[in-house]
Amino acid sequence: MTGAVMNPAWALLAPVVLGVLALAGAALNGVFVARAEGRPALSGAARPVLEVMRLMRQRRRVTVAADRLLWRIGGMALLVIALLKTAVIPLGPWILADISVGIVWFNAMDVMVWAGMWLIGWGANSAHALAGGYRFLAQAVSYELPLMFALVTPAVAAHSLRVSEVVDAQQDLWFVVWMPVAFLVFCGSVLAFSAWGPFATAAGADIAGGILTEVSGVDRLLIMAGRYALLATGAAFAVALFLGGGSGPLLPDWLWTIVKTLVLLAGFIAVSRRLSAIRPDRLAEVAWIVVLPLALLQTLVVSIIVAVRG
Amino acid sequence: MLSIIVFSALAIIAVASGIAVFRVDSMARATYALAVSFVAVGVMLVMFDLDYIGVITILMMVMEMAIMAIYMIMFMGMNPALMPMSMVHNNRWSAILATGIFLLLAAGALLVPWPARSGTAAPDLTVAVGEALMGSKMLVMLTVSPILFATIVAALVLANPRGRYDRWGDNLKRVCPDDPQQGGLGK
Repeated sequence: MTGAVMNPAWALLAPVVLGVLALAGAALNGVFVARAEGRPALSGAARPVLEVMRLMRQRRRVTVAADRLLWRIGGMALLVIALLKTAVIPLGPWILADISVGIVWFNAMDVMVWAGMWLIGWGANSAHALAGGYRFLAQAVSYELPLMFALVTPAVAAHSLRVSEVVDAQQDLWFVVWMPVAFLVFCGSVLAFSAWGPFATAAGADIAGGILTEVSGVDRLLIMAGRYALLATGAAFAVALFLGGGSGPLLPDWLWTIVKTLVLLAGFIAVSRRLSAIRPDRLAEVAWIVVLPLALLQTLVVSIIVAVRG
Repeated sequence: MLSIIVFSALAIIAVASGIAVFRVDSMARATYALAVSFVAVGVMLVMFDLDYIGVITILMMVMEMAIMAIYMIMFMGMNPALMPMSMVHNNRWSAILATGIFLLLAAGALLVPWPARSGTAAPDLTVAVGEALMGSKMLVMLTVSPILFATIVAALVLANPRGRYDRWGDNLKRVCPDDPQQGGLGK
């Protein structure tokens, strides 16, 4: 599948696919919320669409002395970053930009989320929002290094940072089988950089919504959509790195990619609801003393296996 | 032609946002203007086919600036930089120093008789540079790196205000460490 030259016009399709995946994630979350509140599940599934319509018509809330430029940049950043990530994520046999450093590109983009989240918190000139931004950065320094080693591990096994070659290297055996720790660390990091589930303290109710305290209307819509889009791209990238990409029986490659991505995305959303919030200040010690050595050990084991097999 | 236009645009963005660092009145804006400048430089490196270095530059610089913004706001000024403030100080000496150094470097670049290439370029320049740097000096590199690492560890140990005896007691037998702020592992 390497080197398939694509018409750049397909880039226009990527946002559509991403949008559908993000909407599916939001709908599923709506179902869970509706069930928890004892409402019919279908009303929950329709919730995201209604929410989009509501936010599109809502007037912007204005705060005193807001840093409007940085606030707007932060607000649109998450969605833009998710779109930039799709450039290196394969959909079956197709990939928009199969660059030689695809994995590093994904990593660079998820570091951009640091800036985006903090700017959302900074821009409003509101204490709660700023505390949310700081919380996210405190969390980010905890998850980023384990995430980097989780990304490195499949690259070591495939001898390449090119995403298509990582997918090809899983013809015989999916990487999730012999690097489960890296897979779990990556999945946890996806939740963390999307500020989702147990890692959503940056937007926690205990600080009045944190980074989301003052955002309203279209800004809020872009941020919420951006978080779902980041979750979806994270799931899709995990499929490429650990779950064999598009490989599978009967169905075509691209359909397998989407099916696997949807299953993983549903897993993210379902599991997140069962976990309690993790305080960023408590996370640091666990991430650096337990998770990081585990991730390093996983990389070491994989490196030894690769070296022995030659 | 297109690459010249893109490159020029990136160069202008890099310089303009570099200037903006000193013209804006907020620490957050100055920091992120610098980040924009670095990102433009990173993209320019990618245009030179230095994919890895270019993308890593973007990664490192955005990460650095995100953290730097926190420290700038924490430590800068009497009003912890949450209010508008000037990004420049000591203007006259800064201008004199900057002009002087620019003239010095520019004169060096223009006046030094640069040598002409002798011999032909190696087919793979990266490999050639690696061989030249590391080939005959591997032993030195092997010795230097543990020394550097030991220095880092020693410096951290000396600088650490609270060592393990503070945390775990004189016999290191405390059940849970005595920390001013609880971590996730201390019960």
